Amino acid sequence: MQRERWQLQHQEHPSIDGIKSDTGTAPARGQEHRLPSGISNCTVGTLGFFREGMEYIRTPKIENVRLLDRVSSKKASAGSLYLTATHLIFVEHLSESRKETWILHSQICAVEKQATTATGCPLLIRCKNFQVIQFIISQERDCHDIYISLIRLSRPVKYEELYCFSFNPKQEKNERGRGWNLTDLKAEYNRMGVPNSLWQVSHVNRDYGVCDTYPAELYVPKSASTPVIVGSSKFRSRGRFPVLCYFCQDNNGAICRSSQPLSGFSARCLEDEQMLQAIRMSNPGSDFLYVVDTRPKLNAMANRAAGKGYENEDNYSNIKFHFIGIENIHVMRNSLQKLLDVCELRSPAMSVFLWGLESSGWLKHIKAIMDAGIFIAKAVAEEAASVLVHCSDGWDRTAQVCSIAGLLLDPFYRTLKGFMVLIEKDWVSFGHKFNHRYSHLDGDPREVSPVIDQFFDCVWQLMEQFPCAFEFNERFLVHIHHHVYSCQFGNFICNNNKESKELRIQEKTNSLWPHLTKNQVDYKNPLYRKDHSQTQGVLRPHTAPSNFSRFWRNMYNRFEKGMHPRQSVTEFLMAVKEETQQLEEELEVLEEKLARLDQSHLRDRREAIKLPHNLESTTDQCLANTPQDYMDNGKPFTSCSSSQADENSETTILIHNMKHSDTDLSGNSDQESGVADLSCRSPSGGDFLSSEDSSKNLSEYPEEIAFAVA
Amino acid sequence: MEFVELIKTPRVDGAILHRPFQPRVEGTLCLTGHHLILSSRQDNNEELWLLHSNIDAIEKRLVRLELRVIMINLFSLQALSTLDSTTLMYPFFYRPMFEVLEDGWHSFLPEHEFTLLSAMTDEWRLSYINKDFTVCTSYPPIVIVPKSIDDETLKKVATFRQGGRFPVLSYYHKKNGMVMMHSAQPLTGTNGRRCKEDEKLINATLRAGKRGYIIDTRSANAAQQAKTKGGGFEQEAHYPQWRRIHKSIERYHILQESLIKLVEASNDQSHNMDRWLSKLEASSWLTHVKEILTTSCLAAQCIDREGASVLVHGSEGIDSTLQVTSLAHIILDPESRTINGFEALVEREWLQAGHPFQQRCAQSAYSNSKQKNEAPTFLLFLDCCWQMQRQFPCSFEFNEQFLVVLFEHAYASQFGTFLGNNENERRKLKLQQKTVSLWSWINRPKELEKYLNPLYEANSLVIWPSVAPQSLQLWEGVFLRWNRSSKYLDEAWDEIIHIIEYNKDLQAKVNALRRQLAELQTEDGELERP
Repeated sequence: MQRERWQLQHQEHPSIDGIKSDTGTAPARGQEHRLPSGISNCTVGTLGFFREGMEYIRTPKIENVRLLDRVSSKKASAGSLYLTATHLIFVEHLSESRKETWILHSQICAVEKQATTATGCPLLIRCKNFQVIQFIISQERDCHDIYISLIRLSRPVKYEELYCFSFNPKQEKNERGRGWNLTDLKAEYNRMGVPNSLWQVSHVNRDYGVCDTYPAELYVPKSASTPVIVGSSKFRSRGRFPVLCYFCQDNNGAICRSSQPLSGFSARCLEDEQMLQAIRMSNPGSDFLYVVDTRPKLNAMANRAAGKGYENEDNYSNIKFHFIGIENIHVMRNSLQKLLDVCELRSPAMSVFLWGLESSGWLKHIKAIMDAGIFIAKAVAEEAASVLVHCSDGWDRTAQVCSIAGLLLDPFYRTLKGFMVLIEKDWVSFGHKFNHRYSHLDGDPREVSPVIDQFFDCVWQLMEQFPCAFEFNERFLVHIHHHVYSCQFGNFICNNNKESKELRIQEKTNSLWPHLTKNQVDYKNPLYRKDHSQTQGVLRPHTAPSNFSRFWRNMYNRFEKGMHPRQSVTEFLMAVKEETQQLEEELEVLEEKLARLDQSHLRDRREAIKLPHNLESTTDQCLANTPQDYMDNGKPFTSCSSSQADENSETTILIHNMKHSDTDLSGNSDQESGVADLSCRSPSGGDFLSSEDSSKNLSEYPEEIAFAVA
Repeated sequence: MEFVELIKTPRVDGAILHRPFQPRVEGTLCLTGHHLILSSRQDNNEELWLLHSNIDAIEKRLVRLELRVIMINLFSLQALSTLDSTTLMYPFFYRPMFEVLEDGWHSFLPEHEFTLLSAMTDEWRLSYINKDFTVCTSYPPIVIVPKSIDDETLKKVATFRQGGRFPVLSYYHKKNGMVMMHSAQPLTGTNGRRCKEDEKLINATLRAGKRGYIIDTRSANAAQQAKTKGGGFEQEAHYPQWRRIHKSIERYHILQESLIKLVEASNDQSHNMDRWLSKLEASSWLTHVKEILTTSCLAAQCIDREGASVLVHGSEGIDSTLQVTSLAHIILDPESRTINGFEALVEREWLQAGHPFQQRCAQSAYSNSKQKNEAPTFLLFLDCCWQMQRQFPCSFEFNEQFLVVLFEHAYASQFGTFLGNNENERRKLKLQQKTVSLWSWINRPKELEKYLNPLYEANSLVIWPSVAPQSLQLWEGVFLRWNRSSKYLDEAWDEIIHIIEYNKDLQAKVNALRRQLAELQTEDGELERP
């Protein structure tokens, strides 16, 4: 029931919870924060904008507000609305739990004031994380105040106004710096095996002089001289010349990326041709280079009229040129809008929903991106070829496609750490325009597009197809998606590296990754095992449309909890695994204790053990206590032995001794194996809070579904 | 044997089998009375045994069968795959190679069910009125009816309900004593005939001052139209304590066409997303799933939430009616989410209740000859179960495979369980004596193991599924299973089993050690005391 609670956690934990709290697991971590203190934490900011932000707040608190239930319009909860410099907070009055709904200003993408009715003035808020929320405010004037304030607060004009500059979690001084070093790209290229005899670091872009949207350090073919690089950059849109993005150590296949060439109808550039040749030569095993233009052919041709375009196969030696039709950002923006319109429908008919899903084209686009990624991964893995990928500017479709190919090729990117690195490398470092695409600052709406949303969708589709291949779970994706928009962390704020340096992002803000790492238990896929076949080597997905036609309910309808499965396999398995871990620990402790006891008493006990009478009665006694002790931090028997101070010592000897005691007592354990089953049943039954609580929710549930007894 | 006449060529050499995701097999094709067998004649290679009843349609050079496509050339199959006489079918020739531990024919006797019921309430009784199938040909010999209603009344009610299907008990909700009944439509006709006994019977199930709901699985229009054919619905005036709700669930050929379209879409080899989605939508399959599930939820809601009794019927009361009652069962009754409970449910609400399996499941989607009575009613029920399983993965004792197996055996089987259209026919065919029950096979521990859900934790509560389109999904395990390999999903399943088994092992170990320790310590205590 604490679904909206997640925002409360933002002070300490950036983790947000669309999924977990659905099942109503243990009280949310932030629960001890009573609201007033929570608010004061926010409002008494450390930085300037707090005071500045306060200026836009006309009314900090409004009473008599109702929050409408999205599923049944009849139900609404009454409460108060608070406006702070960073959040809009709704506190339910009547419920015992004082349910709170926190909405970050940076998540708000649209505020709509609707016509006043007899009951009050409706205010509709749409969020970038797909939450849609509707308030009814009794006073028209209050509603207007809130509306005006939110319009301003949700559209900051300066970077400094963004939440990440004021968000200040409790942490040690140098923790922030260490956090930023978590995703070290230099180390990542080293991991791939570069620099090596074929590829080297180039500092040609040290001052962002050659290309202001590229990072300072770039990896290029060893044979590409500076003049070739500079020449090539002049022949590419925005100077984005071909650079290394992924290197496959096993077969020297490489994925490079760039922007489109300025070829127009006939222009050529010797340096650019040499650059491509150098890339081809850097893969001695292959005698050709794939050039993949991820745009539809028609778009690429239209670009020629503007002096841009694509590579002419006649001018470049030994290239194989391919178009893969992924539509542009405007098509994608409209597609998502259509999809969200369908998701927002109140209990639509199946055919309406499916028709809307189809006509939005969203899944078609997802498949196009997947197909492109699969093509590239195949070229590298199966043909040992190198590939140059570009679209127009090489920062949207190229980022999507390269990162998908990386995920398919390299198991490392399918781990928690690897996925963070992948996003830092393919998206952040190569200048994906986070600010423009996700409209952090008030800007051109035609620049906005769900580019990274699509990438996450692709990853999710892969996770559905390969349930054991990823170390992280769905929630990880949902939370990263949330933070791409939240502006709470500095990672996804700027358009490129240069901007981020100028803003001193790493000094002034925090990185998301250490925060996710801290809570990584929540993000682990219980089915992931390092030695599982799905975690090895290349993933080869099925490509039939039916394999990518799943609608990602937990993303686009994340806040419609009535639609979500009431029980989650992931939650269940996570609980089992946690318990397993505790059992393993307890097993070790027990073995140790037994061994010690055995050792010290073996001599004295020779006679005692022959008293079967005693044995029986004691067994019963201790059995009665077993289940209760069970989950107590794995140290249920501390009271019994004083000699247990040092648990870690002498394990090898203990194991040896264990064997003794095993043979001694094996008869007993066999005899009672039936009882053992019984006793282990009960603790596990009671300890999966998730399943138990979900059942509690069940009883409240039917009111929410409109089976329409009408 | 008669089959010999039908088999023109018993053996063809050099046949090639093409299968998706697996290498092709070259070998010899043999045709027997009930099977088409392909053997590569090599020791290590498995053989393909195909039951003729699995074959839906044969095209020149191309045989399609139950969502599986195989290339062969042979003609006498045509005759064999559409045997007319039931007694020539395979179950009559099948001899089990396993030891029958518990005869499935006797696993779910109505008397036993009634014993369970009478432990909860004494308001119901067993009636043997139909023991010769004279009152209602499609009902079982024994039915459960209100105690206060005598057999004479029942006989009169039977004349007022289509096919003699008078209201009988389908489910008793222990929590509040409310009941669900099913029947066929009342024969009111155009002049609004009424039947006092019918009113008395269903009112007998109401508590004083309580109202009930009649869930009519037809639209109000369809119900109105049924009057012209002698059918109809319960008039408010005559049933003042009952509120009627119309919920339209499609039947017969509409469902069959839907299945045909869906299967066609699933086999579309084109790589076009739009085409796939539009075909999926055009099939309307998921629309039917949603309608059925919604109606079942409604029935369950009336019982559990409104505290009202419910009577469900459509026209004949043998298709959508049974879908609704059996699904409501699963929502309300935790017992029906166990393997044994689900089998009992299928036995009681489908087989005993007279769902005409032989007519409905004669052939599946590829059948060219669209027979009038074919309909994937049971498959839709299983699909709805699967949807619930998806939403409550820990609340069902059985796994997806169990549902798939039931689907397979309903259409083609070596067992007699799904033969015949009702209990009456089954008795005439002497199925109990001449064939083996599917339950005898499934309920052996070794077989049962395959169908267990490792995530199962008995959940004693009502489970309310979401019926939003976003929550419903295509049942890939059935409709896409021959189009793509399920290797990765199977691996995931194995992984789940592994995780849970390992946990159980550890628990056992820890418990054993704890006992050892406790024993040792008590001994120590005793040793030290003196």
